[in-house]
Amino acid sequence: MYSAEIMLKRLINIKLFKKQYMLSSTIPANTEESVYRGINKVNYTSNLDINEPSLNSPVPIFRILNDTGDILNNCKSIIIPENNELIKMYKSMVLLSIMDKILYESQRQGRISFYMTNEGEEAAQIGSAAGLNSNDLVYGQYREAGVLLFRGFTPEQFMNQCFGNIDDLGKGKQMPVHYGSKNLNFVTLSSPLTTQLPQAVGSAYSFKRSKVDRCTIVYFGEGASSEGDAHAAFNFASTLDCPIIFFCRNNGYAISTPANEQYRGDGIVSHGPGYGIATIRVDGNDILAVYNSVLKAREYVMTHTRPILLEAMTYRRGHHSTSDDSTAYRSKDEIKQWSIKNPIIRFKQLLEKNNLWNNQNDVEYEKETKKQLMQLFAIASKKNKPNWREMFNDVYHEIPNNLLEQMNSLEDHISQYSDHYPKQ
Amino acid sequence: MHSTINKYSLICHATKNILCGCLKRYSSHFVYHPEPISNELGKTSKKNMYQAINSAMDLVLSKDSNSVVFGEDVGFGGVFRCTSGLRERYGKDRVFNTPLCEQGIVGFGIGLAVAGTTAIAEIQFADYMFPALDQLVNEAAKYRYRSGNLFDCGKLTVRTPCSAVGHGALYHSQSPESFYAHAPGLKIVMPRSALTAKGLLLSCIRDPNPCIFFEPKIMYRLAVDDVPDDDYELPLEKAEVLVEGRDITLIGWGTQVHVLLEVAEIANKDFGISCEVIDLVTILPWDKQTVANSVKKTGRAIVSHEAPLTGGFGAEISASIQEDCFLHLESPIRRVTGYDTPFPHVFEQFYLPNKWKCLQAIKELVNY
Repeated sequence: MYSAEIMLKRLINIKLFKKQYMLSSTIPANTEESVYRGINKVNYTSNLDINEPSLNSPVPIFRILNDTGDILNNCKSIIIPENNELIKMYKSMVLLSIMDKILYESQRQGRISFYMTNEGEEAAQIGSAAGLNSNDLVYGQYREAGVLLFRGFTPEQFMNQCFGNIDDLGKGKQMPVHYGSKNLNFVTLSSPLTTQLPQAVGSAYSFKRSKVDRCTIVYFGEGASSEGDAHAAFNFASTLDCPIIFFCRNNGYAISTPANEQYRGDGIVSHGPGYGIATIRVDGNDILAVYNSVLKAREYVMTHTRPILLEAMTYRRGHHSTSDDSTAYRSKDEIKQWSIKNPIIRFKQLLEKNNLWNNQNDVEYEKETKKQLMQLFAIASKKNKPNWREMFNDVYHEIPNNLLEQMNSLEDHISQYSDHYPKQ
Repeated sequence: MHSTINKYSLICHATKNILCGCLKRYSSHFVYHPEPISNELGKTSKKNMYQAINSAMDLVLSKDSNSVVFGEDVGFGGVFRCTSGLRERYGKDRVFNTPLCEQGIVGFGIGLAVAGTTAIAEIQFADYMFPALDQLVNEAAKYRYRSGNLFDCGKLTVRTPCSAVGHGALYHSQSPESFYAHAPGLKIVMPRSALTAKGLLLSCIRDPNPCIFFEPKIMYRLAVDDVPDDDYELPLEKAEVLVEGRDITLIGWGTQVHVLLEVAEIANKDFGISCEVIDLVTILPWDKQTVANSVKKTGRAIVSHEAPLTGGFGAEISASIQEDCFLHLESPIRRVTGYDTPFPHVFEQFYLPNKWKCLQAIKELVNY
């Protein structure tokens, strides 16, 4: 136990110390070359402040078109595609939406096992695809059918994949919507979320080393950005100087989880500064804004050999997939409110105002497209499935002995129990 | 993911032990059996396993301009020195550090391979590879299959140190090969020596399938062979019969091969038991035929590995022997392995499937 006197002396000493400390701190803090690795310059401060995130001033959203399809007055140095390109973009959006309706309904009728629509995100997909070079490598998540469509994947190829028939490029191995095309530089999709991000970074590094005029673009949702692979990818891309466009489709929902339960910062774009990555936030329902953002992003990654993070603000109007009913977690009013912001209608209004399209064109194109797609659907549905032996192919470059043995044992089994297996 | 102190303390220990010349502590559970000296593959020089691995990567980097080596601390030579001198020779765009993130390293490596680059990734310890399990199992292993062969990542090789080292405890000692053996599409290889490490690593790097190359870390310095200076490849998916015998077949891989070689000598000398010793070499896809041929001849089999018993790869081999060699068996198939515990620290000598446990099993099976 200390005596009262000693305690008092100690208190006085502490006070003196504090006073001295305050006096010596009157010399102004200054800026110095940093001794801390990885930090360029550092300011010292004598103010103990907590650095609150600046959530009150969200990063603005770049847009060119207003909700009624007029070009905003103050748009500077934007690029408007040639008329025929504009029409190609519009037709791709409409085609995508018609194909979605047919394939969605076919799943409901039990014709295919699964489907995911792109409803509401047509502008983000087609606009970004139009801004790329055809040899840029695309890594998708699963809601990028429009990108592939714009690159030239035919409705027939989409349907072959959804049926897993003999002409499916993926040879019937994956669930519907897991598309891929070597010729169109679109890496085959996989179901695990966000795994494509660090892979896309690796491909970008490869392109950088080979000095070809190619970048990679990788698509993902705002939900996917919560996975560890997103952090890995941002950090690798930045530290290893990779020419890659991270394209986030912030569509408001990861299945049922709303975006405000996915993050607490200013969306996905706010991740950029933390990794030292440049960013653009764009109106994902404005096809011209998305197109211009990707053009500019591409130029940036190629000239700076640096990554860029693009956040397209949009809304998933459809259900997550055919296994989901989104009315269980969001109101019809909310969906209706976004129907007014339909990116196809918005773009159509622009085309109409410029006499590039009209209602009559719309009716004819829709009718013709539907007819054509229904025919293709009927053909794809009737094609055979690949031979069951295909199950053992492509596990390895060459079939190893253990798989040959297993294939032979299945052959033997089927010869005895053929009635219980689908006929080829 | 893991403490830097742990990683570096191991290196410090390693360095200290080398300096003191007290390798005894490491080699207490096995005697290294050097590879026979041969000039078949050209001029040789004395190399330990890390130098042999370094030589393999050096060859690849010099011959294939579209090849890269990367991982944590790889730039300065790696914590086990496997990449030493490579950055100086080939530049920092080809031999480089990555951020500390295993799932990033493997994912990045897959992407490199997809774009046509030969990717040699290092994961600093096999114990820390689990954050990359998704990238390895769901991505690398399935890339070719799921795309109908449109895309593949066969140019990816992941190197990683594994197995007991004398004092590595739970997180610097694991032998996790069987986890990955459940992922069709991967090739999984573990060398037993400096000489095989170089030849097998070169094969893995050039194999058109993604490979995981497990390097038993205790042998980095301890395993010294006359290693050919030139380029050579050793066959994957092929087990090797190292000692021919009549009475019992002993199957192992990595460090455990040396335990089995020593125990075969003891069994022969002290008990007149003739053991056939097989190094499995490739865990996936494994060489069933060589194992079955041997067991049909000897009628008895022991599979031995450091990893825990339950779900270990020994279980797979035992089941397969039972199916293929049932009528030839003179005794049950035995597994002599680590226990179903985490890898312990001060109990390491009790945990390991050492020569005495193997010897006891041999005697029991021969007298069954």
